[in-house]
Amino acid sequence: MEYCRLSIAEIQDGVRQKQFSCREVVEDHLKRIEIAEPKLQAFVTVAAELALTRASSLDRDLAAGGPLRPLTGVPVAIKDNICTQGIKTTCGSRILQNYIPPYSATVVERLESAGAVIVGKTNCDEFGMGSSTENSAFGPSRNPFALDRVPGGSSGGSAVAVAAYESVGAFGSDTGGSVRTPAAFCGVLGLKPTYGRVSRYGLVAFSSSLDTIGPFARNVEDLAVLLQVIAGHDPLDMTSHRGTPDSYQSGIGASLRGHRIGVPFTLVEQGVEAEILQALRRTTEILKQLGCEIEEIALPHSGSAIDTYYLIAPCEASSNLARYDGVKYGYRTRRFSDLTDMYRRTRAEGFGPEVKRRIMLGTFALSSGYYDAYFLKASKVRTLLIRDFQNAFSQVDSILIPVAPTPAFKIGEKMSDPLAMYLTDIFTVPANLSGIPALSIPAGYSRNGLPLAVQLLGNHFQERRLLNVAYHLRQALAVNPPPLAV
Amino acid sequence: MAVTIEEVRHIANLANLEFSEEELRTFIVQFSNILDHIEQLRQVNTETIEPTYHAVVTEINSENSRRDNTRASFPQQVALMNAPDVEQGQFRVPKVIK
Repeated sequence: MEYCRLSIAEIQDGVRQKQFSCREVVEDHLKRIEIAEPKLQAFVTVAAELALTRASSLDRDLAAGGPLRPLTGVPVAIKDNICTQGIKTTCGSRILQNYIPPYSATVVERLESAGAVIVGKTNCDEFGMGSSTENSAFGPSRNPFALDRVPGGSSGGSAVAVAAYESVGAFGSDTGGSVRTPAAFCGVLGLKPTYGRVSRYGLVAFSSSLDTIGPFARNVEDLAVLLQVIAGHDPLDMTSHRGTPDSYQSGIGASLRGHRIGVPFTLVEQGVEAEILQALRRTTEILKQLGCEIEEIALPHSGSAIDTYYLIAPCEASSNLARYDGVKYGYRTRRFSDLTDMYRRTRAEGFGPEVKRRIMLGTFALSSGYYDAYFLKASKVRTLLIRDFQNAFSQVDSILIPVAPTPAFKIGEKMSDPLAMYLTDIFTVPANLSGIPALSIPAGYSRNGLPLAVQLLGNHFQERRLLNVAYHLRQALAVNPPPLAV
Repeated sequence: MAVTIEEVRHIANLANLEFSEEELRTFIVQFSNILDHIEQLRQVNTETIEPTYHAVVTEINSENSRRDNTRASFPQQVALMNAPDVEQGQFRVPKVIK
């Protein structure tokens, strides 16, 4: 039997009824990883031995009468910028290529308490900076539907792992679209939760006011369980929200009658590929049939979102990445004359081009004489963007837009033009700037067999509603995916 | 907005980064393109608008902040295990006092 195709509920049932063991489920995923990895490179580190040991220990607990936990025996993959005690956490960077965290992120601890089995750490753009996973110091991951195309980024490896059945669920970080874009490019679900809903403790900081951790899954029920396990207040993250999380699973299946969905038609019709627009229109038709009311909305400042983001995120990054100095942990250059020279060479050799570009952009925008014109200006436009969403959500319950303007592009296509790469994020950065939850939902395939997707945005803490709409859409949109390339 | 090679060198110094001449030439073009795009923000009227630094603000007060209790920290060996140069239980850095 192919255990790697099972859902969380199927694994729970099978383990409960003793049809198979946690170890068998994990073994099958490791076998799948062994076959797929030479072509996909979703993982930086496969933690095979740890995963098998853990699975056996879960089986022993169950045999001794221990309880079945929400994720008992469920193989998950973790983006390599989320700390895992004892497992290398590189952030896709040369500067952390040998870094072994002495502690685990809160999400990792919660997953382990829930019985999940970490099968490995997934590839990503260096420190989460990129939209294609090409900015990894360890080479790009590949799209499982077309090996010459990117999986999206920055959490590309996590999306690939789930799409290619290397893990049941995966976790990524989303600072400007880094969960949603790869989910869209790989045909899986990817959620960026409300800022503060999921603890950031142990997520290596990129842009602290925008960073979130979010789950990937192949079906909505799995996504709801994965979110439930990681959501909730954490005293170790001062920006973590104190309210009790909703029950995400119980909201699934409720009627959508009267649900108001806003579509900013004038916005989405600019510069978006025809097949993406068609998928969006098809989705609105289905939502109408499900009883939703589709309304045109305006988000007048969304045209400024990308510029705002590419100032605020680099500014915060330039500050956060100052800690990589070759002293406490990470890479240190071999030859240097004095302390300053050691810092400069360490960082010049340890960071890749995109990370340097963003540190430079952020340093520039925060420097004396430019602060008001750039960082402060962007922070004010951010206020206007938030007001746009507040106005929209006084009128509608959720908002439907594309995830990216195109399906997965070719490897190398945008690498020499950083600005073109940045524009991939045009529809994803607004949710980060305003802190709202956003879900990438598969919406069929293009003529040449690439996944298409739509993005659903909700007001703060409305994840439950997004999951329910996604559930109905998945039911109505059920299509047979083209075969995977591996 | 065009940036000069001197400006880029100055920013690189502030950021503790180094670039080769070739890197600098590519960089200046890319940097200028990005800044040109960002210039569009100037057209947005923000005269009476307050800046936002965090979209979802959790107010910090004595009720919800963590107690300042001492708790176990990493043992010395664990704290040093990722350091590139260690001597006698300490991080070793180049001499800073002449």
